[in-house]
Amino acid sequence: MPAIPISKAPQPAATNPAQIRNFCIIAHIDHGKSTLADRMLGITEVVEARNMRAQYLDRMDIERERGITIKSQAVRLPWRSGIDGQEYILNMIDTPGHVDFTYEVSRSLAACEGAVLLVDCAQGIEAQTLANLYLAMENNLTIIPVLNKIDLPNAQPEKFAKELANLIGCKPEDCLRVSGKTGDGVAELLDQIVSQIPAPTGDPDAPARALIFDSVYDSYRGVVTYVRVVDGHLSPREQIQMYSTGVRHEALEVGVISPEPLPGKGLGVGEVGYLITGVKDVRQSRVGDTITTYQNPTKHPLAGYKDPKPMVFAGLFPLDGADFPILRDALDKLQLNDAALVYEPESSAALGFGFRCGFLGLLHMEIVRERLERESKISLISTAPNVVYQVWLEDGKKFVVTNPSEFPDGKINVVEEPIVKATILSPSEFIGVIMELCQDRRGTMLGMDYISEDRVEIRYTLPLAEIVFDFFDQLKSRTKGYASLDYEEIGDEPGNLVKVDILLQGEAVDAFSAIVHRDKAYSYGLMMTAKLRELIPRQQFEVPIQAAIGSRIIARESIRAIRKDVLAKCYGGDISRKRKLLEKQKEGKKRMKMVGRVEVPQEAFVAALATDADIEKIKAARKQE
Amino acid sequence: MLSFYTHIPYCIKRCGYCDFNTYTPSELQDGATLEIVSNDYIDAVLKELEYAPIDQVPTIFFGGGTPSLIPPHDLGRVISAIKVRNGLTEDCEITLEANPDSVTEEKLAGYITVGFNRISFGMQSTSTHVLEVLDRTHNPENVKRAVDMARSVGFTSVSVDLIYGTPGESLKDWQSTVTQALALGVDHISAYALIVEEGTKLAAKIKRGEIQMPDDDLMADMYLYIDQACGFKGLKWYELSNWSKPGHECRHNIAYWTNANWWGLGPGAHSHIDQKRFWNVKHPTAYKQKLFAQESPIADSELLTDEQRKSEYIMLSSRLRTGIAKRALTVAQYERMTSYISSNHMIETQDSLVLTSTGRLIADRVVADLLR
Repeated sequence: MPAIPISKAPQPAATNPAQIRNFCIIAHIDHGKSTLADRMLGITEVVEARNMRAQYLDRMDIERERGITIKSQAVRLPWRSGIDGQEYILNMIDTPGHVDFTYEVSRSLAACEGAVLLVDCAQGIEAQTLANLYLAMENNLTIIPVLNKIDLPNAQPEKFAKELANLIGCKPEDCLRVSGKTGDGVAELLDQIVSQIPAPTGDPDAPARALIFDSVYDSYRGVVTYVRVVDGHLSPREQIQMYSTGVRHEALEVGVISPEPLPGKGLGVGEVGYLITGVKDVRQSRVGDTITTYQNPTKHPLAGYKDPKPMVFAGLFPLDGADFPILRDALDKLQLNDAALVYEPESSAALGFGFRCGFLGLLHMEIVRERLERESKISLISTAPNVVYQVWLEDGKKFVVTNPSEFPDGKINVVEEPIVKATILSPSEFIGVIMELCQDRRGTMLGMDYISEDRVEIRYTLPLAEIVFDFFDQLKSRTKGYASLDYEEIGDEPGNLVKVDILLQGEAVDAFSAIVHRDKAYSYGLMMTAKLRELIPRQQFEVPIQAAIGSRIIARESIRAIRKDVLAKCYGGDISRKRKLLEKQKEGKKRMKMVGRVEVPQEAFVAALATDADIEKIKAARKQE
Repeated sequence: MLSFYTHIPYCIKRCGYCDFNTYTPSELQDGATLEIVSNDYIDAVLKELEYAPIDQVPTIFFGGGTPSLIPPHDLGRVISAIKVRNGLTEDCEITLEANPDSVTEEKLAGYITVGFNRISFGMQSTSTHVLEVLDRTHNPENVKRAVDMARSVGFTSVSVDLIYGTPGESLKDWQSTVTQALALGVDHISAYALIVEEGTKLAAKIKRGEIQMPDDDLMADMYLYIDQACGFKGLKWYELSNWSKPGHECRHNIAYWTNANWWGLGPGAHSHIDQKRFWNVKHPTAYKQKLFAQESPIADSELLTDEQRKSEYIMLSSRLRTGIAKRALTVAQYERMTSYISSNHMIETQDSLVLTSTGRLIADRVVADLLR
């Protein structure tokens, strides 16, 4: 029986590093990582069968519902090797699985010596998994290739074993085959983790150095910081210090997760666990920072600390202006748990008071919006997402523009926009449509490789702005859902960019302004004016809708004045009926925003800015009302 | 003062666009004639009259359905009962809605004898293809005959009802209808934009795509045409859908629009007494059963709040030539109207705001704006 009772297993702060193995699992959403993790919790008996529930480690509702892991966590698993019969401690460090969280992934990887590369053998490897795999290889992690879901009838383990072997330079037969669902091969996998992944090394007598790889706000405990100790030792009641800020805290509690928190005597070299200092804001305990002790601080921080940098900006506005304070409170609360989220108040002539928010990427934005709506129960309008532009005027002044309304009016010398390197993995039959999409989005092809007989890796540089709107949706729909995308920022480049304003009755509507490439300005103008003509109801006067670059009109439409809006009959019995109708209309009025003299329904803003998926969501919500 | 409306819930045939509370004899009783289904109806109405307050009566209006299907003697029983019980004002206006097909000179003379002095004929249109879509039975030429007869027997005020915006009706069709209606020399015209009500034959045809509703712009042109044409003939608008020669305004309808008290007799009829609105059970059979069992036929009621009364005032007064009294508006409401004044949808008099012809066409929007 390879499991060891927890009480008899090597104890935290008293475990020889030679007995420790730190690993993570690299996998795409729905390739079965959580199920495999559940199986590992069961087989090592850290969770009793009767307490087991699906996706045990995923804490947030959103995580469980969407099947993705946003926040990583580390679980200590005692295991007796079936190969040498020795006792070991396996620390499984869960990693977020999405492109927006590359930095968090990289820190999780830095806490490990090895990685399990988990691939669904009915689907093959996906672009984000590949990106994380490359990241793990750059970190010199030992990679254990594993094919999951071998129980599925459409599993193709031979095909994908070849693919993995090609990618990591092993032999196809080196790929382990497991089923998280049935448990087949999981014990063998744990044994291979012990035998293949090196034990951590570090100096127990050196000044303490521990890497923060995650930081989570808990409403009862304050911030829970997850760390991997590299050198030295962390003990409860000790004064600790954050290297980047120099701020000192007392370690109120130090422990391990197994998989519920177990406070203990501390953490030694190579160990993974948590500490609680009583701080209330994750920004005081940042992922990637080095923790040392106040008494004997290190002079050499661990490498790789970066401030999270928002890449995508959008305005978030409450649908009902009266909900603004609720939105502010919800953002304040969310920020306690999300060091990457930045925001500042913004007021829009069209949408009222809201916040300009910065996100790591689109998924991050979507998750934040969804959590805000869910946790504070208010409906939000988000403006079209924007990237960060650097604008230089001819007089040498420089502006950083995260919102089209901040785009300067003066003579512009150069505008720089962020560029990304995008990697797309797809069945080869879709090469044509993918290239077409990327060309259309101002992409430059870098190269293309077959990773197996019929699957290719296509690399492009693309302006981030071209990706943030609906690139991913387009990619999915043009490739029947088979292509996957990953991207990383590679710097800023000058672009021929202009700001297009949309005017209603001669007044620019800030929410509709956009910064676009000059070649696309005309089509953007046509698209928006036509869309708005459909969305805005006829008013008592004619409403011209124009698109303009500066003072030059590039497109125009007009909404003809309404001529008839009356019920001709109003006798005895009609009076009550008509009054009730009016009372109902009055409710509808609340959803109108006045832009100058023009009444614009909320739906028009949302529909004009939203992607198709958003519009479906709105329709569904309306139906429920 | 207390006006009376008497509902006659019977028609020989249901028109394709109509969703009024009216029934054909065979709908009420298999194979029955009108005489069978209506014979004790007037008895029931007279029983309901006993519930009404005793107050002098300035107007009585018989609507339907088709009141002219009921013999003069029977309608006369209702008029004399009201007269005996409540008393009529000297100039009491007593109106009959009539189908031009179901009247004879003798019958019309009978109505005069029992007290009627005003008659309103359902004319709708002079285009046969329009009448066909509306599913109307009458021959357009009957209208002229009926109007002439009404004049000769002594009706002092004669009106016709018109409908515009029927699928397939052109502006030309409508102009011809209006011209012919005015040529009849009537004192009063009501013109309604066709409303397609759910559940009618017409709605089903539109849903199936067999015919299309005209667009709002054409309807607007039709409205502006009749407003102008009536003006040339000395008929002035006094309510959104009503034009009359001076002194021939329908005082009964004005009672509705000025929130006077009125009592509606008959199934589904609505009443308004002070702050209360109430209405009777809808079906004639249920209505009769209640009354013959000595029960009140009221189905439900509502007590109006002050805010609801204000809403109703704005909703109704905006449709009248007298307009909305400025003193009834808040400053904010008044200010919201300035844009309508500058866009010529409204004119401002010393103490009221009155919609112009283009303003009347968007009256519901103006009211919604006032009440938002």
